[in-house]
Amino acid sequence: MEIRVNGQLRQVEVDPDTPLLWVLRDELGLTGTKYGCGLEQCGACAVVCDGRAMLSCATPVEAFVGRELRTIEGIAEDGVLHALQRAFVAEQAAQCGYCVPGILVALVALFERSETEGGDPDGSAGGAGGSAPRGIERSRAPSDAEVRAALTGHLCRCGAHPRMLRAVRRAIRELGSP
Amino acid sequence: MMPPSLVRNPELDTWLRIEVDGTVAVFTGKVELGQGIRTALARIAADELDVALGRVRVHTADTAEGPNELLTVGSNSLEESGHALRLAAAQARAQLLALAAAALGAPADALEVDDGTVRAPGLSRTTTYFELFGGKRFACKVTGDVRPKRPDEYRILGRPGERIGMADLVTGQTVFIQDLRLPGTLHARVLRPPSPGARLAELDDTEVRRLPGVEAVVRDGSFVAVVAARPGQAVAALERLRSAARWTEEPQLPDQAQLAAQLRAARPQSFPVIDGTAVQAPVPPVEAPAGAAQTVQASYTRPFLLHGAIGPSAALARELDGQLTVWTSSQGVSVLRVEIAHALGIDPERVRLIHVAGPGCYGHNGADDVALDAALLARALPGRPVHVQWTRTDEHTWEPYGPAMVIDLQASLDASGLVIDWNHDVRSFTHVSRPMQHSPGTSGLLAAWHRAAPLEPPAPRPMLTYHMGIHRNADPLYAFARRRVVKHFIAGSPFRTSSLRGLGAFGNVFAIESFLDELAAAAGQDPVAFRLRHLADPRARDVVSAAAERLGWRSAPRPGRSGRGHGVAVARYKNQKAWCAVAVELTVDGSAAVRLDRAAIAADAGQIVDPDGLASQLEGGFVQAASWTLHERVTFDRMRVTSTDWQSYPILGFAEVPEVETVLLDRPGEPWLGAGEASQGPTAAAIANAIFDATGLRVRDLPLTAERLREAAWA
Repeated sequence: MEIRVNGQLRQVEVDPDTPLLWVLRDELGLTGTKYGCGLEQCGACAVVCDGRAMLSCATPVEAFVGRELRTIEGIAEDGVLHALQRAFVAEQAAQCGYCVPGILVALVALFERSETEGGDPDGSAGGAGGSAPRGIERSRAPSDAEVRAALTGHLCRCGAHPRMLRAVRRAIRELGSP
Repeated sequence: MMPPSLVRNPELDTWLRIEVDGTVAVFTGKVELGQGIRTALARIAADELDVALGRVRVHTADTAEGPNELLTVGSNSLEESGHALRLAAAQARAQLLALAAAALGAPADALEVDDGTVRAPGLSRTTTYFELFGGKRFACKVTGDVRPKRPDEYRILGRPGERIGMADLVTGQTVFIQDLRLPGTLHARVLRPPSPGARLAELDDTEVRRLPGVEAVVRDGSFVAVVAARPGQAVAALERLRSAARWTEEPQLPDQAQLAAQLRAARPQSFPVIDGTAVQAPVPPVEAPAGAAQTVQASYTRPFLLHGAIGPSAALARELDGQLTVWTSSQGVSVLRVEIAHALGIDPERVRLIHVAGPGCYGHNGADDVALDAALLARALPGRPVHVQWTRTDEHTWEPYGPAMVIDLQASLDASGLVIDWNHDVRSFTHVSRPMQHSPGTSGLLAAWHRAAPLEPPAPRPMLTYHMGIHRNADPLYAFARRRVVKHFIAGSPFRTSSLRGLGAFGNVFAIESFLDELAAAAGQDPVAFRLRHLADPRARDVVSAAAERLGWRSAPRPGRSGRGHGVAVARYKNQKAWCAVAVELTVDGSAAVRLDRAAIAADAGQIVDPDGLASQLEGGFVQAASWTLHERVTFDRMRVTSTDWQSYPILGFAEVPEVETVLLDRPGEPWLGAGEASQGPTAAAIANAIFDATGLRVRDLPLTAERLREAAWA
């Protein structure tokens, strides 16, 4: 079976029922995507699939064939951190940091949808517990309510939320309003 | 006085090394739990040595090297490891400067150091720590005789700066214990019993053994695990194993609705608490004093609570040639090493534990238990590394819970509204069952109880030392003329319970600071003014004033019905660590749902080491405690725990987190104080007090859910 991850076509030999999470982590060595519950309740396993945040812990890998996947390892480009990653560093928006990859990819998906017109109109790809809500007006930076809505399915136990929300505002400032 | 960590680990080389590659290796017996201790310790060493922060590499606990500092608990790490490291680094710097003086031919006291490069005035030649001493050993003890820097000499401490490891976190490169693999690692899942007392009656594992990738099904009594080549295979096999198992279980759990009544009815061991310490003495009766104008009573409860790490517990173990190595996110590798050896019946010399970063644990969770799981399975498959990953349900049902508490308070006021008598009776189960009290036939580790030749859980014992467990922060910070504080220890908990961030402080401060508001209302006085009137400690007064000011405190001695309210609360963790006051503004809507609008935290942690790290701990403590306060409760029926995942045990989410402002009161020259457990107790009471201010409803049973508020409104 072949899946496209972070711009590369990768060959994997696994039971097609295996949840994507375990394929990313243990076949492809991409352990930035975390196991948190296996029940689609915490957001730690989120990845970007065709531009939308999706949870990887319960959906079989075969459902992702032909899709474009991005994991936390594929967010920086040519070693340059994404504005959101830089903002998280600057605001020290983490304590243990276990939830951070899932939260960052959900935010990246949200930001990219607000930067680009179009995208998947039916929004049927689901999402991180309601992440990437439908009906976001594109072509502008996400509002605080949209950011919080996109992170609804993402749990953080250390209580780094205030810093993460500050980091999002910093990234929006840095990117400027389109 | 020499810090205890230096008494236990006096050799300078145990603490730091100058490396040939231009870095400084710092060793600590403490572990990183997300609290930022690596950054704080690196700052202390870098500042004292005068090297850039980026040169310092902090190595956390390993039983084979570095200092043994027992446990990373109690907000002690800065005071223990930080103090030791500061003295070690000051001495190392002095010795390096003596060498540099000889090399440069200049007097040592004229030398200047910048990022490890040493200069003498008028000399163009320089040298560096790394040229002089890279790879060498100091081979001496830390004497404590070398004066560390004065506060005005610090270049790094107290100033903003980077947090170590952030770039790896945001790019997914950080290796947590859940991610750690060795070549050829096998993946295991344990089939845990469905209820606390369940025993495995029957298991036909024939089919499971035939599943693809399954290497072994290990069964030892009621301890059962499946080991597979790949994690996805282990996950699938675990579900098959679950359907193949039959358990005997009895309804052994109490009626959850009667929990507080049962705690009151249980026969406790009771101890008066004098100046924070529990003593073996008769418990004095509660007697309202003559001259009391009013006597007020109230009772508060806290339910069983989860630590709830976002990553369920995991460990990796391998046995090679009779030597067992366990990689673990335990808070105490040296202690756990002995306990694992004890459970396995082997010499501790044959066991090495290496700490690996874990998800935040917030106290004693499943991290120690899963280390024994991994050790047992590694011994069953010698030579093969075995990684064990608990499931979400394992974590929710089997981690040791923060224990339920019942707190009864009574106070008397004189005619002027001054508190003239104070009584605090706190009832709870043990808050301290870390696996360190091993005696023959017992073990504090879960799997040991389920094996065919089981060890028993150790009988819980009351801990009497200063602010320990149940009576942590039971002794109020206030200058009350008369106080009677009693700890009631109850042995028979329906669940294993242990240390959850703050231990008894969360429940005790929630009760004390809620009650202070009730007394202020009874006296018709403003809650801030009422606190200040009873606080003699100037640093406590300062944090109360700072939090109230930052929030924009609005004096309202009578609760309104506007639905919007302010609340404040204060405590000093263990009456000896950081002072912290929390003020909140919230709204209670028509459906009795609470929305946190704003929070202001003010804290005094002595000399500030890492301002962002300190603020993070306080803010994170606020958010976590707001979650405990508004949402959390372990639920159970007569047989099983029913809060088995994040749907049945909801926690505070992004939609509910308010704006949080933090005011840090720096005290240059004062000892730095732990702050990781400072804000939780004040947070709970500040929220309860703000709900009262907003609605006139006083809710005394946690969590403060909409349902509880509606019940209070109808009452």
